[in-house]
Amino acid sequence: MKIVIDTDKCEGHNRCYSIAPELIEVDDYGYASAAGDGSVPPELEEKARLAVDNCPEFAVTVVED
Amino acid sequence: MADVSDKMDASPPATDPVTDWATDYDIFDADYVANPFDVWDDLRDECPIAKTDRWGGSWMPTTYEDVVEMARMVPVLSSRDPIVVRPPDDGPSDHGDAPDASAYTTVNAPPISSDPPVHTWSRRLILPYFSPKATALHEPFTRQLCHDLIDAHIESGQIDGAADYAQQIPPRVIAHLLGVDPGKAGEFTEWVQGVLEVGLSNPAVRTKYRMKIREFFMAEIADRKKNPGDDLISDLLKAEVDGEPVSDLHVAGTCNLLLVAGIDTTWSSIGAALWHLAAHPDDTRQLVEDPSMLPNANEEFLRAYAPVTMARVVDEDAEIQGCPMSAGDKVLMNFPAANRDPAAFEDADKVIIDRQRNRHVAFGVGIHRCAGSNLARMEMEVALGVFLERIPEFSLADPGAVTWAGGQVRGPRHLPIRF
Repeated sequence: MKIVIDTDKCEGHNRCYSIAPELIEVDDYGYASAAGDGSVPPELEEKARLAVDNCPEFAVTVVED
Repeated sequence: MADVSDKMDASPPATDPVTDWATDYDIFDADYVANPFDVWDDLRDECPIAKTDRWGGSWMPTTYEDVVEMARMVPVLSSRDPIVVRPPDDGPSDHGDAPDASAYTTVNAPPISSDPPVHTWSRRLILPYFSPKATALHEPFTRQLCHDLIDAHIESGQIDGAADYAQQIPPRVIAHLLGVDPGKAGEFTEWVQGVLEVGLSNPAVRTKYRMKIREFFMAEIADRKKNPGDDLISDLLKAEVDGEPVSDLHVAGTCNLLLVAGIDTTWSSIGAALWHLAAHPDDTRQLVEDPSMLPNANEEFLRAYAPVTMARVVDEDAEIQGCPMSAGDKVLMNFPAANRDPAAFEDADKVIIDRQRNRHVAFGVGIHRCAGSNLARMEMEVALGVFLERIPEFSLADPGAVTWAGGQVRGPRHLPIRF
């Protein structure tokens, strides 16, 4: 699984970062991007899905391998 | 500190009773302020975008879909005047003609009172002070402050969760952040209530307190120019946009925003969460036993008791979501009602502290997402965490004595708690 942030949609709510800090990086302005290449280890897949389901901007998606 | 309630009657002005909420709603109606939820449920079923001629007239969407879509209609729905009740015709203008509102207007509060392009750069100026990392720096101060407030009441077995606790926290955190005299916190409270509570329906009072705030910050700005420090105001004065320094009035306007938007809103959220916990001992017990649940519970409190409704202005005549809106009409971004829409949330009317899927819009959505949301979350989590740690069992001393303020910022103002 990979987590993907649409940076055009992200408005910096930081819901994803607060749920899955292992998977998300936040810049100095509070905008999010995927950490590394976005790969989600199996034990964090549920967190990744929650990051998707809590983003008010629908900016977070996951891509299943 | 000054007891503002002695100076100002924060209860909404008496108006004719409402008989038809779809065509004649009143956001200052006392029963609505205390319990708006049933009205929103009825409106969603019968007339999801309500209209009123009261208070200068406005439209009010109540579904998640409409509120979210309309919040993204920039600049068709402009943010140049985010307060619903207009000032009297003979009073100072409440919205500048210039997008920067650089004249001596009274709602100069960029970026909240602006549209792009001014919104874009003025928001970028302040965002670094409100990132998760930046706001975490204020956590130790906030935690100590909360303990000090509890210390003052722990022996008595009673505390007003709103006046003695929630209301005391954000003014001091904002003073800390702005680098101004913490002894000003009591005055900040009075000014903000003057603008956002009494002043919301009384533009003359609002103007008076806006002037006080501007005078205060213009004096602070003059001081920082002579004695620059390591603080937000000094940094804003050093900032450049396209090679030009930012005007003093812009800096004063942004400080005004941080003060007005960062205080009343956050104490309303803390107070509403305490009100819920005081009446729901099972939820309190779960959070005391497992404090790691608090961040998630906090999001649910934000969803269920979202305090803030911002206004937009229709830029030109247009049919919006099927409604014939005219240039100059106000539209209430009813984020609290959107958060209670059963089409968007399972069991929307229930407070479920371990709710997992919660795309709430308490902080708005789109380009005007609350710039201070990370600070507000930190304050809420610390305030609730310290309260539960120090006072693990508590209840409402007198449910009938609880009072609410409302209009565009809803939260409890008297919340007698016993423990």
